[in-house]
Amino acid sequence: MTALRNIVERRTIAVLVDNEPGVLARVIGLFSGRGYNIESLTVTEVEHEKGLSRITVVTTGTPQVLEQIKAQLDRLVPVHRVADLTQQGPNVERELALVKVAGTGDKRVEALRIAGIFDAEVVDAGLDFFIFEASHRPDKLDRFIALMKPLGMVEMSRTGVVAIARGKEGI
Amino acid sequence: MPATLKAVETTSADAAPAEAQAAAHQPTATHTGAEMVVKALVDQGVEVVFGYPGGAVLPIYDALFEQNRLQHILVRHEQAAVHAAEGYARSTGKVGCVLVTSGPGATNAVTGLTDALMDSIPVVCLTGQVPTHLIGNDAFQEADTTGITRPCTKHNYLVKSVADLPRILHEAFYVASTGRPGPVVVDLPKDVLQAKGGYVEKERVVHRSYRPQTEPDPAAIARVVDLLQGARRPMIYAGGGVINAGPEACRLLTELVHLTGAPVTNTLMGLGAVPGSDPQFLGMLGMHGTYEANLAMYSCDVMLNVGARFDDRVTGRLSDFSPNSTKIHIDIDPSSINKNVMVELPVVADAEAALRAILAEWKRRSAHTDRKALDAWWQQIEAWRGRDCLRYEQKGAVIKPQYAIQRLYELTAAVEREKGIETYITTEVGQHQMWAAQYFKFERPNRWMTSGGLGTMGYGLPAAMGVQIAHPDALVVDVAGEASILMNIQEMSTLAQYELPVKVFIVNNQWMGMVRQWQELLHGGRYSQSYSASLPDFVALAAAFGAHGIRCEKPEELDDKIREMIETPEPVIFDCCVAQEENCFPMIPSGAAHYEMLLGPDDKAAKPISEEGMVLV
Ligand SMILES: Cc1ncc(C[n+]2csc(CCOP(=O)(O)OP(=O)(O)O)c2C)c(N)n1
Ligand SMILES: [Mg+2]
Repeated sequence: MTALRNIVERRTIAVLVDNEPGVLARVIGLFSGRGYNIESLTVTEVEHEKGLSRITVVTTGTPQVLEQIKAQLDRLVPVHRVADLTQQGPNVERELALVKVAGTGDKRVEALRIAGIFDAEVVDAGLDFFIFEASHRPDKLDRFIALMKPLGMVEMSRTGVVAIARGKEGI
Repeated sequence: MPATLKAVETTSADAAPAEAQAAAHQPTATHTGAEMVVKALVDQGVEVVFGYPGGAVLPIYDALFEQNRLQHILVRHEQAAVHAAEGYARSTGKVGCVLVTSGPGATNAVTGLTDALMDSIPVVCLTGQVPTHLIGNDAFQEADTTGITRPCTKHNYLVKSVADLPRILHEAFYVASTGRPGPVVVDLPKDVLQAKGGYVEKERVVHRSYRPQTEPDPAAIARVVDLLQGARRPMIYAGGGVINAGPEACRLLTELVHLTGAPVTNTLMGLGAVPGSDPQFLGMLGMHGTYEANLAMYSCDVMLNVGARFDDRVTGRLSDFSPNSTKIHIDIDPSSINKNVMVELPVVADAEAALRAILAEWKRRSAHTDRKALDAWWQQIEAWRGRDCLRYEQKGAVIKPQYAIQRLYELTAAVEREKGIETYITTEVGQHQMWAAQYFKFERPNRWMTSGGLGTMGYGLPAAMGVQIAHPDALVVDVAGEASILMNIQEMSTLAQYELPVKVFIVNNQWMGMVRQWQELLHGGRYSQSYSASLPDFVALAAAFGAHGIRCEKPEELDDKIREMIETPEPVIFDCCVAQEENCFPMIPSGAAHYEMLLGPDDKAAKPISEEGMVLV
């Protein structure tokens, strides 16, 4: 029982908040102030008329810490709803990356070929570079990026994870 | 900029820009922001504001000047304003209100705000701010007040438009006082205070997202009664949440204690939640709690925690905390549940609502506990009580600090009995605070104000000021240490100005006694920087502030001089010179378990403190 409790898990948590000034600082301050981990955090307004933003945060911790994280988030005054997408059931996670690969010759051809396998789109290109856009589960994106590195990757930018529960129910 | 809360009839303007909102209010734009501040405070039932002026808040001081509904108490330091508001709030159950200027005014308030957050005290603190167009420019007396106070408030606001002002003010009071109470800061740029806008009544303001859960889940209540009924060694452990829930919650708690026959202990913040003289009350628990309270916590089979948070000062070493009990935790704050100690049965609710429901269910079932088991339990507890862990000997020519505090308690209790003068006690932080918690018996809630969570030296005098404002005819005593009192001694001047007859009872051991005690017990007697050197002559100091000074050095003079203090109509500084090297016992060293308590000086070498314990504070 105690052993189980000490296992560190990864969770994806969606937080619906009032889009007011300082709300992101509040959430981030909560994590840093209480020593929780942030693996990824994304935020944007999702319902303009209602002034609601959605924060998706991927975090790790023991079950007790994860319960604390959710309770602490829920306690913030501008928070409407906290949903633990991992715990709730199946969900879809996506992340987008822009990957710049420079080079010529075989490496360039190989980069394009692998990009094709990963359904990455070429969003800009020159004779000696490509910029690919890929959107996948974070672990698949990791693999794509790992392959691009030896092929001349010079820069990369990732959005962080967005996620949604499967099925017809809303948050 | 979407609003967080909408005035019910202006929904369409809700998401509109601030200017448009202001325009929508144009027909009624009859108040300046500063006037709205005063109006909102009055509407919220505020009678007293503790504050200190400065450039950014002068418009509010103008508005205060033209009215007589709100009393303004001019403190001498902004930290003291917040502590005074805390004392006021804690002794009345109302929200305490603070007004300070931008920059240094706001930063000086930070300790007080943190204190109020840790002890869940409802405070609304209005801070001035530089005009909106200067924010971010390092303007004179600019500080990022919302940034600085974000982690030390329950919530905070920067008001960017006068159109949002009345809503935010009402919301601030709502957030501060409901759910788990706490401090709320409203940062007010000067141009917003000078702009004109329409006032919104507090009834028209409904919060968008914040909805504390107050009613308990009936199924959980039924299980609480199951567990209490089946308990053979029950234990009730109640904290500041019951005091916050109000006197009725305290009455219900006492009723439950009597109905179940269970022993009860209070945390430092919970003292007064059940009458101190109740035979079922085992005294305070925790690091300096009683032997019987801590051992009963260790040995119980069902623990009912009402409004306490399993703080480290209470639990000692977590792995050895009450290892064999089924734990029930009633708390209004879901994040308190399973934070430090995993419990079997959480109940998220207001303490009063939960206690009422438990009592109703108990009575409906005509429930009762196993008499025989309970008798055996009480027999065990009486044996622990028989150790008389708070025993001390007053002998010789020097006053023992425990004796000083016990006599203070008995003589103030006598005055209350004989003359009906209510006593309110505040404290500073240190040994004197723990002795006060041990030797005073509080028969009612709201009579004991102390800095529990943050342990803020300098809390007691300003808090006493706030209490005295709220209870002008009461006897208000700050039980102080000679080191702590110097942290906010300037407030003696406030006492003089408002003729507040607060009594400062200094337990003067010439040491930062609690620090010295730790150095003696845990740091090999290296008394580094803990001696109170160059102390002022407290009697002369009293005179300098227009107060009455008393010094007492002999045990036989103590009673008369305490009576003299009580009977003095002015503020008093009582310099009680006590034994210098007395330690506060019982003590559970940090990182130790309840059963590893040190009962007195001869106990200290019994067991070396663990390495894990040494890193704890
Ligand atoms: C603002 C602040 N600084 C430091 C401390 C650490 N501290 C705790 S008790 C104490 C000594 C208090 O001395 P005194 O007021 O004389 O009380 P005594 O313990 O002697 O009764 C200190 C320095 C604190 N609690 N608060
Ligand atoms: Mg001292």
